[in-house]
Amino acid sequence: MSSLSRDDVANLARLARIEMSEEELINLSNEFTVILDAVARVQEVAGAEVEPTSHPLPLRNVFRPDVVVASLTTEAALSGAPAQEDSRFRVPQILGEEA
Amino acid sequence: MIHLTASQMASKLIAGETTSVELTQAHLHRIAEVDSNVHAFLFVDSKGALEQAAAVDAKRSAGEKLAPLAGVPLALKDVMVQKGIPTTAGSKILEGWRPPYDSTVVTNLKNNGIVILGKTNMDEFAMGSSTENSAFGPTHNPWDLTRIPGGSGGGSSAALAAFEAPLAIGTDTGGSIRQPAAVTGTVGVKPTYGGVSRFGLIAFSSSLDQAGPCARTVLDAALLHEAIAGHDPKDSTSINAPVPQVVAAAKTGDVKGMKIGVVKELNGEGYQSGVRLRFEESLELLADAGAEIVEVSAPNFEYALAAYYLIAPSECSSNLARFDAMRYGLRVGDVDGASAESVMNLTREVGFGREVKRRIILGTYALSSGYYDAYYGSAQKVRTLITQDFNKAFEKCDVMVSPTCPTTAFKIGEKSNDPIAMYLNDIATIPVNMAGIGGMSLPAGLAPEDGLPVGFQIMAPAMQDQRMYLVGAVLEAALLTRWGAPLLSQAPELVGK
Repeated sequence: MSSLSRDDVANLARLARIEMSEEELINLSNEFTVILDAVARVQEVAGAEVEPTSHPLPLRNVFRPDVVVASLTTEAALSGAPAQEDSRFRVPQILGEEA
Repeated sequence: MIHLTASQMASKLIAGETTSVELTQAHLHRIAEVDSNVHAFLFVDSKGALEQAAAVDAKRSAGEKLAPLAGVPLALKDVMVQKGIPTTAGSKILEGWRPPYDSTVVTNLKNNGIVILGKTNMDEFAMGSSTENSAFGPTHNPWDLTRIPGGSGGGSSAALAAFEAPLAIGTDTGGSIRQPAAVTGTVGVKPTYGGVSRFGLIAFSSSLDQAGPCARTVLDAALLHEAIAGHDPKDSTSINAPVPQVVAAAKTGDVKGMKIGVVKELNGEGYQSGVRLRFEESLELLADAGAEIVEVSAPNFEYALAAYYLIAPSECSSNLARFDAMRYGLRVGDVDGASAESVMNLTREVGFGREVKRRIILGTYALSSGYYDAYYGSAQKVRTLITQDFNKAFEKCDVMVSPTCPTTAFKIGEKSNDPIAMYLNDIATIPVNMAGIGGMSLPAGLAPEDGLPVGFQIMAPAMQDQRMYLVGAVLEAALLTRWGAPLLSQAPELVGK
């Protein structure tokens, strides 16, 4: 029987950078009791001898030749920016948040 | 003209009996007439479509050699970026965004002269089985407007069933091409993972996501498959091998001696009686055509759903971190002195819907230290066991088959407050994604109890996609003989507002 408390959900929401109302936290906490019970079934068959699969293909690093090719222009890259200044993305304050 | 198949349209274009502009206008007219009721489209690019069509017509007049589907219109799922065209993935967080580049699928469509009519509705970031999770309102099933068209690609499947487009692009992470095809009486194919480039496909679960063709016939799906598939250096998971010869396979018409494996675990309890009836009938038709029907067992499939709802949310919690309000999309709370972190928190609260938040939180939990091995790690092991089940079964058969979904289309709103009931829709489609192999759904008839379409699923080993097309085309032809007309001719006539 797994469950997540309201505070557990609040902590996960903080890690995932999603503001949540009190109502959302409580609803999710209730739903997770059911969902975690359902997904915990994977533990029934996952023995130590079974190798995990992270991907359907045997992946290798893929490199392209190290030559300059066409890329987005500054204008195109900034075309969807919520805010910009001097050909750069303008972002809210990053440093000194904890002050 | 809109009721023809894509290949019939292509023949008329080649014969000079119609033009791409005429064909495109006919579909734009149909969309204007019925889409206020169906809501398959989030954006209709009338001007761009007519320009593309005129360009194809000009090339044809000049005697240029064109691709088989040149001039035929198509509906594009809104998870696929198209330069300059609003692309939302069904989410408020991307409302108004116009991508500065084309996805490889779009580049391939354009190179083939296929005319893109517009962007189709979907569950937000492809998370859902009903298109009810779209931030822009649900799509309605053309067979019964009070019912869901499947999901996440309900817009693409509804556009086909409503004759708003003869071709569409879908993406399939756990069944998002096949389940919508099943409940709308259309054809949908999830190619082998890596068969179609993911470059420019807004990522949900990168190890499962695969774009593929949606159409009203198996041959049309095959023609579109060959147009979009192939190696792409821009996608490091793209398979560098020749595209399976799916068009030739769809024209072969012979399944004599082929072994068709019925998956014991994907039938019986929990499957609607009409779904089982039509599935059994299809098996008989394949046997009549000379195929050998055998039973195969896949004992670990019963854990696929649980594993999927750990793996997909885990990958999505990472993939959706890119929606941070900094470089594109929505930004909320950017007032004087607000920190980047608070802007991210507020933007993601407003920009993401309920299901997306639920999965991000679940994935964050499944990947967190102390729980990783129990949840994500165990799910990855189940993935291995499912792949082994497929490998063993394919020693005994050439393709595996099952009903695509346990039920026909349900009512809008019926399951939206019960995530587990909603997730059960994908019980038969998820194993294919877990193993990275190919899967197809084609119409098997209507369930007698509710008169709604039933889907028949065909699964083939990796890079043997042509086998699904071969079997699918033979079954389709046998069913057509039985019905006397395509299944969609039985759908109710749609009326304008």
